[in-house]
Amino acid sequence: MQLFPCPFCGPRSESEFHFGGDAGNHRPEGFRTVTDGEWTAYLYERNNPRGAANEIWMHMTCGEIFRMERDTVHHRVAQSFALGEGDGHDGMAY
Amino acid sequence: MTRHYSVFSLFKEGLRGQKGWQQAWRSPQPKPRYDILIIGGGGHGLATAYYLAKTHNIRNIAIIEKGWLGGGNTGRNTTVVRSNYFFPESTALYEMALKLYEGLGRDLNYNIMLSQRGIITLAHSEAEMEMAARTVNAMQINGTDAELFGIDDVRRVLPLLNVSPQARYPVFGGVWQGRAGTARHDAVAWGYARAADRLGVDIIQSCEVEDFLIEGGRCRGVRTSRGEIRAERTGMVVAGHSSDLATKAGFRLPITSYSLQACVSEPIKPVLDTVVLSPGTGPYASQSDKGEMVVGGALDRVPSYGQRGNLPVLEEVVSGLLEMFPSFRQLRLMRQWAGIVDVTPDSSPILGESPLPGLFLNCGWGTGGFKAIPAGGTLLAHLLATGKHHDVSRPFDLDRFSRGRLIDEAAGSGIAH
Repeated sequence: MQLFPCPFCGPRSESEFHFGGDAGNHRPEGFRTVTDGEWTAYLYERNNPRGAANEIWMHMTCGEIFRMERDTVHHRVAQSFALGEGDGHDGMAY
Repeated sequence: MTRHYSVFSLFKEGLRGQKGWQQAWRSPQPKPRYDILIIGGGGHGLATAYYLAKTHNIRNIAIIEKGWLGGGNTGRNTTVVRSNYFFPESTALYEMALKLYEGLGRDLNYNIMLSQRGIITLAHSEAEMEMAARTVNAMQINGTDAELFGIDDVRRVLPLLNVSPQARYPVFGGVWQGRAGTARHDAVAWGYARAADRLGVDIIQSCEVEDFLIEGGRCRGVRTSRGEIRAERTGMVVAGHSSDLATKAGFRLPITSYSLQACVSEPIKPVLDTVVLSPGTGPYASQSDKGEMVVGGALDRVPSYGQRGNLPVLEEVVSGLLEMFPSFRQLRLMRQWAGIVDVTPDSSPILGESPLPGLFLNCGWGTGGFKAIPAGGTLLAHLLATGKHHDVSRPFDLDRFSRGRLIDEAAGSGIAH
C-alpha cells in the first residue's frame, strides 16, 4: 500500500485517489478555430512518461483536485501541490 | 541434426542420448541494414516477423529486443485466448486470432498447448442477464460462437463455484464461449521465434533502441546499444513502452501505461477445467496444466512502468476469488507479478503507420494482447510488406481518434478498466 500526499489531508492510502491526467493539458479555446488535431491532442494524446511525471489527481475522500509530481518507475512521490488560479503551477508545496 | 519436432524425432533422439537437437534459434550479430526492422521481441513482434517471411516472402528482417524473448507481457499474461467482443470490427480481429491459434501448433511445428476449454463470463443480476443476452446475440451475429448460460449450465461447468442466493454476488448465469481457452504463453513466443529463425529472420536480444534515425522526415532505422541498424520500414511492437519510444520518435500516443497483475497458487489436482471471469467480484481464473490456479483481475489504478503491481488490487483479486470459490481459501499463493499494459481510451488496439512515415505501430492492446498475437502479427506484417492496411486492421488506425470513430470495447464488452 502506497501513501499519496493530499495537500489538504496529508498522507493517505493510494486507494483514496483517482488519476486525472497530465498537468497542463488545457482545453483548447475558440470553438470554430480549434483544429481536429488540437482536439485530438487534448482529448486523447497523453504524455505517459517513463520516469518523472507531472499529473493531476483527485483525493476522492475530500473531493479536492491537486497536482502531484512523482516517478512512474519506482513510484517515489516528489511533491504535491494545491492548484492555484490558472494553470495550477503557482500552488503551494505540500 | 534434428530440426523437426515429432514423436519420431523424439524417439530417434531418445536412442541417441538427446545429442542431436538443433538450437531453436540463432543469436546473430546485427547487420547494418535490413529490409524490415521490428522493435520488440514479444509475441506480436515475433509473429510479425514470421508472417512477413512466410506470407510475404521477405527474408531480410531483424527483430531487436532490449531484454529477452517473451520477457514482457507475453510471459506475464494469464494465457487466455477468446474472441468474445461486442463490435463487428473487434470480432473480425479477435476471431482472426483465435482461428489462427486453432492451427498454430501445426503451422509452427511447436506445441503451444492450446486447450479450448471454454470461458464463462458470469452475470450477477437480472439486468446483467439482459446484457449477457445482448452480448451473445452480438457475438452470434458477428459470426463467432456464443451461448447464453442459465444457472444450471453454470453449475454444470463450475461445480465448486459459490452459487448460493446469499452470496455477495449471486450468480444468475453468464456468457459462454466454448472455443475460448488457454495456450502456453512462452510456447507461443518460442514457437514463433523458432519458425521465424528458420525462415532467415535475425532475432537479436539484449539490444535496446536509443533513438530513431530520421532523415527527410522519414524513419530510416534506429540507433541501438549495439550500433545503428537501418531499414526501409520499421515496426514498433513494444506494448506498455510504446509512449516512451514514441517520445523519441517525436509524437505522442493516446495511451496510458498501467500495471496489470496476476498470481498463481501452489499446484493442486484438477478442480477447474474452464476459464471463469466474474465482473462482480473482479477476478478471473483458470487452472494451468501444472495444477496452479492462475488468477488475474483489474488494472492498478496508478499509471506505472514498474513491473510489480500494488497491494490493494491484489487484495481485491484474492478476496474476490475466495468469494467465488470458498474452497480455495487454504491455497497458498506461490508467485505474483505484473506487466505494463498500454491502455487506449476505447480499449481497442492501434494498428497502422505512425505520424512518423516509415514507422508502423502495433500497440494499445491493453489488458488483452496475448489472445491477439497471431492477428496482430498477420496485420502488422501486411502493413509493413505492402504499406497499406488489411481490411481487418483499417478500423484500428490511429486516425480513428481524430475522426471520432472509436471502437469502444470498454463500454461494448465491459472490459474492466
